[in-house]
Amino acid sequence: MQYLLLIYGNEESFGKMSKAEQGGVLQEYGDFTKSIAQSGHYRGGNELAAISTATTVRVRDKKRLVTDGPFAETKEQLGGYYLIEAKDLDDALAVAARIPSARWGSIEVRPIVPHDMP
Amino acid sequence: MSRMTCPSPLSTAPATLCVGSRMDVERIYREESGRILATLIRLLGSFDLAEEVMQEAFAAALEQWPKRGIPDNARAWLVSTAHHKAVDMLRRRSRFDSKRQELQKIAELEQQLSETESHDDMLRPDALSDDRLRLIFTCCHTALMLEAQVALTLRTLCGLSTEEIARAFLVPLATMAQRLVRAKQKIRDAHIPYQVPPASELTPRLDAVMLVVYLIFNEGYSASSGDAAIRRELCAEAIRLARLLCELLPAQNESRALLALMLLHDSRRSARVDENGEVVLLEEQDRSLWDREQIREGLELVESALRGGAESAYALQAAIAAIHAQATRAQETDWKQIVALYERLLRVQPSPIVELNHAAAVAMAAGPAAGLLLLDGLEGKPELRDYYLLPAARGDLLRRLQQWSEAALAYRRALGLASNDAVRSFLAKRLADMEARHGAT
Repeated sequence: MQYLLLIYGNEESFGKMSKAEQGGVLQEYGDFTKSIAQSGHYRGGNELAAISTATTVRVRDKKRLVTDGPFAETKEQLGGYYLIEAKDLDDALAVAARIPSARWGSIEVRPIVPHDMP
Repeated sequence: MSRMTCPSPLSTAPATLCVGSRMDVERIYREESGRILATLIRLLGSFDLAEEVMQEAFAAALEQWPKRGIPDNARAWLVSTAHHKAVDMLRRRSRFDSKRQELQKIAELEQQLSETESHDDMLRPDALSDDRLRLIFTCCHTALMLEAQVALTLRTLCGLSTEEIARAFLVPLATMAQRLVRAKQKIRDAHIPYQVPPASELTPRLDAVMLVVYLIFNEGYSASSGDAAIRRELCAEAIRLARLLCELLPAQNESRALLALMLLHDSRRSARVDENGEVVLLEEQDRSLWDREQIREGLELVESALRGGAESAYALQAAIAAIHAQATRAQETDWKQIVALYERLLRVQPSPIVELNHAAAVAMAAGPAAGLLLLDGLEGKPELRDYYLLPAARGDLLRRLQQWSEAALAYRRALGLASNDAVRSFLAKRLADMEARHGAT
């Protein structure tokens, strides 16, 4: 069973950290990723660039509409994700709780719906 | 699919005359359906399918047992009949919708079925109690909304019908049905596991289970709403669940404390409301109506829980209830000890409501003026702004100080906030009394 772990946090508060603190967090992420690769959970994952770089595209009446944003009104933004293989929700939650950002942000745990490839 | 009910007391029926009768099936349903459902959920991996085939198995029992008698191991018969029915049902469905997954599931179930029949490991008593424990932890998983945890627990572990649960919580039937469907969907789609959590997770998970049990009890006990019969039933079910927890996890002191708390509160059931349905305050209750047997059991449990190191809010509240239970007359209550326990409770669970109770206890131990001083400090707390018990407590202390007109003012405010009929009628009586006394001076 696969789960997507969506990492939400406040971009600004990361920006306000000292270089040393930021380095510490990155180091923790590195260690965490290594450990879930070893335990067999890891299937993929990435950090996302700041939300200010986001662009939204929609197609309406066959016309492509491209806009800047979204500009999140909320305090927490999607900042990255992991795709993991887990035995069940408890297993996935245990992995999610070890993501460094869980201590100041929040992790949304979403099951992946399996589809047979065509 | 409403729960079957037994029309007459079974103890009066000679067993030999009605072996396999409808009444026997109903008795077995009441006693065993929780366990059977728990086992079927494990075997079938689906709440809905398990419920469906369990009902069918009981229907089959109703038809066959009166003719052939009750099988030696009725529970095993019911589980295996339901199991067969599940395979049949999935096979029938797969003809229309033959997905690979479905076929795989059928193959698994058939495999299981042959294993179950060759050596009935799956029906060992300890495997079965594990099933109920699994079911408790799954229903009370905090990945589900709290209301859904409560509803699912009452539906699957207590066997209440959806309609009964909706009535108990004053929610429209469709809303309650929807809530249960969503919870079961989430269990299935998010793969909430059907297992007892590992030791490292047990304490927080057990806390979640106890919260659900306590909420069920409180809904039944606090006179906030709903009809009396359903509310009594909720208290009884909460007590049964707590007993089950104590039986299945005997090393847990906090669940013993929770059971004690509920038994001690529930022991006052007959004395809390008078024949007109009006609330009777603790100090005015006819203590001869208290359930002595329940008090004896509650006291034993609270003692053993505290000795074992229980220190939760449940344990402290149980200890407070125990002191009340031990006073044969209201005047003999050891209020000093109660004040001390409330002070500990304030450290474990700081809340304005606990502060209010603490103030009331101080008033009893050190006089109404000392209590009023503490109540003054609570005025203006946002959590208590609409809470009738704050002005009601003030009214009571002013009454004791014979400050009739101020007491009347407080009771009037309380009356404006209370919504329960029994409480309102009590407050109105007090208000009239204060006004009369004020007029007389």
